[in-house]
Amino acid sequence: MSQKTLYDKVWKKHIVGELPTGQTQVFVSRHMMHEVTSPQAFEMLREKKISVKHPELTFCILDHVIPTHDLSRPFEDNQAELMTSTVEENTKEFNITYFGPGSGKQGVCHVAFPEQGLIWPGQIIVCGDSHTCTYGAFGTLAFGIGTTQVSHVLATQTLAMDKLKVRRINFNGKLNKGVGAKDLALYMIMKLGVKGGVGFAYEFGGEAIENMSMEERMTICNLAVEGGARLGYINPDKITFDYLKEKEFAPKKYFEKAVEYWKSIASDSDAQYDDVVDIDVPQVEPMVTWGVNPEQTIGVSEIIPSSNKFEGKLKEEAEDALNYMGLNAGDKIEGTPVDVVFIGSCTNGRLIDFKQAAEILKGKKVAVKTLVVSGSEEVKKQAEEIGIDKIFIDAGAEWRLPGCSMCLAMNPDKLVGTQRCASTSNRNFKGRQGSPTGRTHLMNPYTAAASAIEGKITNPGKYLGGYPLKGIKKNE
Amino acid sequence: MSELIIQEKVIDNIKGKAISKTANDQNTDDIVPARYLKEITFEKMGEYVYIDERIKDGNKVEEHPFNKSGASEAKILLAGANYGCGSSREHAPQALHKFGINAIIAESFAEIFAGNCASLGVVCVTVSSEIISKLAEYLEKNPLAELEIDLNKKMITCGEEKIEFDMPEGRRQAFLKGTWDAMAILQQDKEGIKKIEDNLEYLSY
Repeated sequence: MSQKTLYDKVWKKHIVGELPTGQTQVFVSRHMMHEVTSPQAFEMLREKKISVKHPELTFCILDHVIPTHDLSRPFEDNQAELMTSTVEENTKEFNITYFGPGSGKQGVCHVAFPEQGLIWPGQIIVCGDSHTCTYGAFGTLAFGIGTTQVSHVLATQTLAMDKLKVRRINFNGKLNKGVGAKDLALYMIMKLGVKGGVGFAYEFGGEAIENMSMEERMTICNLAVEGGARLGYINPDKITFDYLKEKEFAPKKYFEKAVEYWKSIASDSDAQYDDVVDIDVPQVEPMVTWGVNPEQTIGVSEIIPSSNKFEGKLKEEAEDALNYMGLNAGDKIEGTPVDVVFIGSCTNGRLIDFKQAAEILKGKKVAVKTLVVSGSEEVKKQAEEIGIDKIFIDAGAEWRLPGCSMCLAMNPDKLVGTQRCASTSNRNFKGRQGSPTGRTHLMNPYTAAASAIEGKITNPGKYLGGYPLKGIKKNE
Repeated sequence: MSELIIQEKVIDNIKGKAISKTANDQNTDDIVPARYLKEITFEKMGEYVYIDERIKDGNKVEEHPFNKSGASEAKILLAGANYGCGSSREHAPQALHKFGINAIIAESFAEIFAGNCASLGVVCVTVSSEIISKLAEYLEKNPLAELEIDLNKKMITCGEEKIEFDMPEGRRQAFLKGTWDAMAILQQDKEGIKKIEDNLEYLSY
């Protein structure tokens, strides 16, 4: 049983009481919302004639259905227009802060809310979205919930939850050039499996994590849920506090008091975990998924595995995946032609991600349709201030307005037919990017940018000044 | 705090035809593709369950378990491991529920999905992979045969056999007491909620 971890401390602090069912009622510090999982929840409140208990702790945004090329209203897509006007009406009626397009604060929820300073360490933060675990980067317990649970939080500011076990994952050593948080996450999921984290909260630590910026920490926490964990977090430190200082919604008058609290909830040095895993970071190269879930991943220099490398049902899944993805076991993953490249999403839609892509694309041209979708109005503004947008436009890529876009293609940005996409998003499920037969390869922004230039999956080492990238230990 | 029982919502038994679809890691995008999340009510979700597997190039895939004759009367789904992984979209369990499924037997469930099922009154129970195979074999020989899930006894009845299942005890109690839609029990402890609100210093920072 875990003890003295951040998870234990923060969980305990927010317990309202034990419920007759044996679950725990916990207080929700902040509730983030978006247009997709909220309409039915607001309707549930209306039916029960309940108002929102803490509108001041509730924030809402538009990100999944918003077009990234043209914001004129009404949107061409009737359903998107209805969903948008519904969220505008709901937030007005229930008096909830709403960051709409043009506010300067709109964007993909898990990019936009943190950059405003809304996510603090030592809290419980929820949203009707599985990638809410992103906020764990701040040393907070953040996780996704369903629409009915959204109505519970709106009505009571609490949830019925079960306590999780805690697995500590040590990312030991330094990152190789061209390798980032995205690759560490994919490597971890490859090793532990997509179900490996079920029942766990993940605590990420180690040298590689300690040296990471908040943006990179958000990338790795974002993918905790893809490994089956409900949430993932990183202990807050000076990097966290420096990031929050001066942000609009961060504590102002009581900032020092807040920092004291935040320091106090970090895991103790003698904290006990239910499980500990060590990952050797220098072994990790840029990763690429070959299959239809994030576990089906290899290093960019590696060979697409045969289904014989897997046992039991995993073998069937591998066969099915290779068939769907139109790939041959034994081929190198590098060199696989792609039709579209997507750089963005709540995983890699922050300024650092666009800087990385721009580092590679500067002075080059893309060979295929490349969508570069800023994670938020603020990210877009900052990118344009340093001229990154021009690098993308000069390269022939499309510099788009902020939104979830092609990550899950609820807006017009979709794959067509069996198109293959090099993507910096978080899921490579069948049909994920808008076509039931579309193919997705997940990777980091460097790899996506290099792939855009060549029109095929490409090792970014080629474009990063020839700095040697170490390959992963090959298990023959 | 008094024991709350909501009699009209008590769920203690599910009996009905069972669909067998036991691949592992079936995800929420398989169950309901994202484009159907643009509907602002859950009304029509039942029409979209597994739609991209069931209809290819405009043609119905006859062998799909959800397309077989009699499938629309099914109340129970037999699934594999890590069922419902992926998104938190409640649209996924809503689609299954509106199709007619009231209970799912799996080797394991993704957490957010299992929580969403509980909120809708869809019972999720787990058994070993050997039992999944055994039940799958039975349903292959007896397509859409009736199974029974008894929450009081924690037993699945399959033909002549009774098989024990697992589920989190808290959830089982919630189904037996009709408090699986947690809204009612969450509203009860007003004092407890106020106490936390008053004691969380950071709320005033």
